[in-house]
Amino acid sequence: MPIMNMIEAINNALHLSFERDPDVVAFGEDSGYYGGVFRATKGLQEKYGTERCFDAPICEQGIAGFAFGLALYGLKPVAEIQFSDYMYPAFDQIVNEIAKSRYRSGGQWPVPMVIRTPYGGGINGGLYHSQSPESFYTHAPGIKIVIPSDPYEAKGLLLASIKDQNPVLFFEPKKIYRSSKADVPTDYYEIPISKARIAKEGSQVTLIGWGAIHHVNMDAAKLAEKEGISVEVIDLRTIIPYDIETLDASVKKTGRCVIVHEAPRTSGFGAELSATLHERNMLHLHAPIQRMTGWDTHYPFSFDYEYYPNPKRILWAIKQTLEF
Amino acid sequence: MAKAPKLPVHQILDENGELLKGASVPDMPKEDIVDLFKTILKVRVIDSRMFKMQRQGRIAFYMATQGEEATHVGTAYALKPQDWMFPQYREHGAAFVRGLTLQQFINQIFGNSGDLNKGRQMPMHWGSRNLNLVTISSPLGTQIPQCAGAAYAMKIKKKDSVALAFFGEGTTSEGDFHAGLNFAGVYKAPAIFFCRNNGWAISTPFHRQTAAENIAVKAVAYGIEGVRVDGNDLFAVIDIVRQARERAVKGNGPTLIEALTYRLSSHSTSDDPSAYRSEEKDDGPWKLKEPAVRLRKFLGNQGLWSMKEEQDWEKACEKELLDAIKVAENTPKPEMDALFEDIFDELPWNLREQKNQLITFLKNEGKR
Repeated sequence: MPIMNMIEAINNALHLSFERDPDVVAFGEDSGYYGGVFRATKGLQEKYGTERCFDAPICEQGIAGFAFGLALYGLKPVAEIQFSDYMYPAFDQIVNEIAKSRYRSGGQWPVPMVIRTPYGGGINGGLYHSQSPESFYTHAPGIKIVIPSDPYEAKGLLLASIKDQNPVLFFEPKKIYRSSKADVPTDYYEIPISKARIAKEGSQVTLIGWGAIHHVNMDAAKLAEKEGISVEVIDLRTIIPYDIETLDASVKKTGRCVIVHEAPRTSGFGAELSATLHERNMLHLHAPIQRMTGWDTHYPFSFDYEYYPNPKRILWAIKQTLEF
Repeated sequence: MAKAPKLPVHQILDENGELLKGASVPDMPKEDIVDLFKTILKVRVIDSRMFKMQRQGRIAFYMATQGEEATHVGTAYALKPQDWMFPQYREHGAAFVRGLTLQQFINQIFGNSGDLNKGRQMPMHWGSRNLNLVTISSPLGTQIPQCAGAAYAMKIKKKDSVALAFFGEGTTSEGDFHAGLNFAGVYKAPAIFFCRNNGWAISTPFHRQTAAENIAVKAVAYGIEGVRVDGNDLFAVIDIVRQARERAVKGNGPTLIEALTYRLSSHSTSDDPSAYRSEEKDDGPWKLKEPAVRLRKFLGNQGLWSMKEEQDWEKACEKELLDAIKVAENTPKPEMDALFEDIFDELPWNLREQKNQLITFLKNEGKR
């Protein structure tokens, strides 16, 4: 099994999709000839031609609207928004059109598609190359949201997203595009959407995260183990619709929970998870669920260490739930 | 200031119902001309009745298309059944020409269980997958890049078809207008962008919408064809849409059509035009050149139509409409399941739980 980084795994998934299904097309800013600024679509145009993999004008609302039209007609678009920080011009197309088409037409006009977009901080990107905007889209019923945490996950989840019959926003943690490496089978495989992964079993605290943060959580769990604290680490994988069964079972078992994300705390997805887990597991909890997140500020260029949740900060939150 | 190219307004039938010198009726059977005229009259009967129904509180909302019927009736006629239409909301004549039944249209307005949208949208948001009529959404202009995308899909699937989007001149100020025309131009998609320039975006007149001389010149900047047509001339509309279709399927790219027309009605049942325009000064001249007046004269001159036929036809339309309304009013609303379905292809756990919560609540209220 070859070792791939995340970009190679995503690229491999796209090549497999193109090979298996002639209706799959990929496009975005610089996606065609150049193969994308992160090289996710590398080689697709060369191999499958300009009709199936092509450059888009710099216009995110156009990309989303165009993908809508392709999907309506029966193609399977995999559109790329170059940075999720620049997806807001497409917000109307995503929230008012893509999310609602199936519903508003009584099921006549579903628009299955994938919008891939790099997200997240820790890359010295400042305000406009570091955002984690996933929670904005969680408030629009009708869109699935998937976030992989490593190359193996990225390939399997992307292939499942492309096959899914619903629109999927696929947020890719660009911080670990190249640094995260894993054994990745070259054959086709899917990782089911809406199924979380227990990456490490533990008994005292449940630690929930997704994307690049998952690795920070694993490091935090190691620090905790050194202090004799047993942590169960869950990689959520799918934000919408998330795997409530796995979360409920883990929280019932441990009685404590810390949710970690990069996005600002207020109205971050941790708020939704915390509320839901409290509602469902109140009598099993030994302490209030904690959130360790980005601050309610914009992403600051010069304060990456202070902003981005790190293992020690997460350990601190873990201890708070134990000492409650 | 850059000089915009002069674009002539295509016209075949003049305001007196006479063919222009050297102009001829597009290739079509005479019965079809009569049928399209009858559709225009039918739309008027419907609009007038539905407006009254809204005032009586029997329906929530309505939007009439009086004065603009030729733009969409003619367009739908010029297209082929495999062509897709992305309507905006004031083009129900196109739906009838394509084959949407009056009952389907009325059911949508009532949001009953016969509504193809399962009662989810306010009136005037019709659509039908079987008829290649993309279901309407309220945001303005979103359909324009979508139309470009569908057209591109037709192109790479090598279909003999085009995608057409309707919108008003107000919508050309939206970013999606720019996005859609730019994408379609770059990819030479077989798309037609049909602008009904009816003079008014609710209360805002054309000159406060854009400083451009007209809408069609905007095509120049996108490297696509831009044409102007008398939107109250059914024949010219048919002719110009056929030309655009031909251009598109031959691989020669999209066309922006600006149809000059006038919204004789209010924007919607929620609007009061007397607050911003004069019926005499603004509307008056357009009442003389609206499409039905011309066609009536033309068909009368040809011996193809009489006032007696018109009265009979309007009576028949009124009866068909009242029957359809009666059926719609007696059709139950959709099952409660329809509230939760079609968010995704399957109900996820949260929707299953919320649905059960609602059922419990309704049971406690004695409503289930």
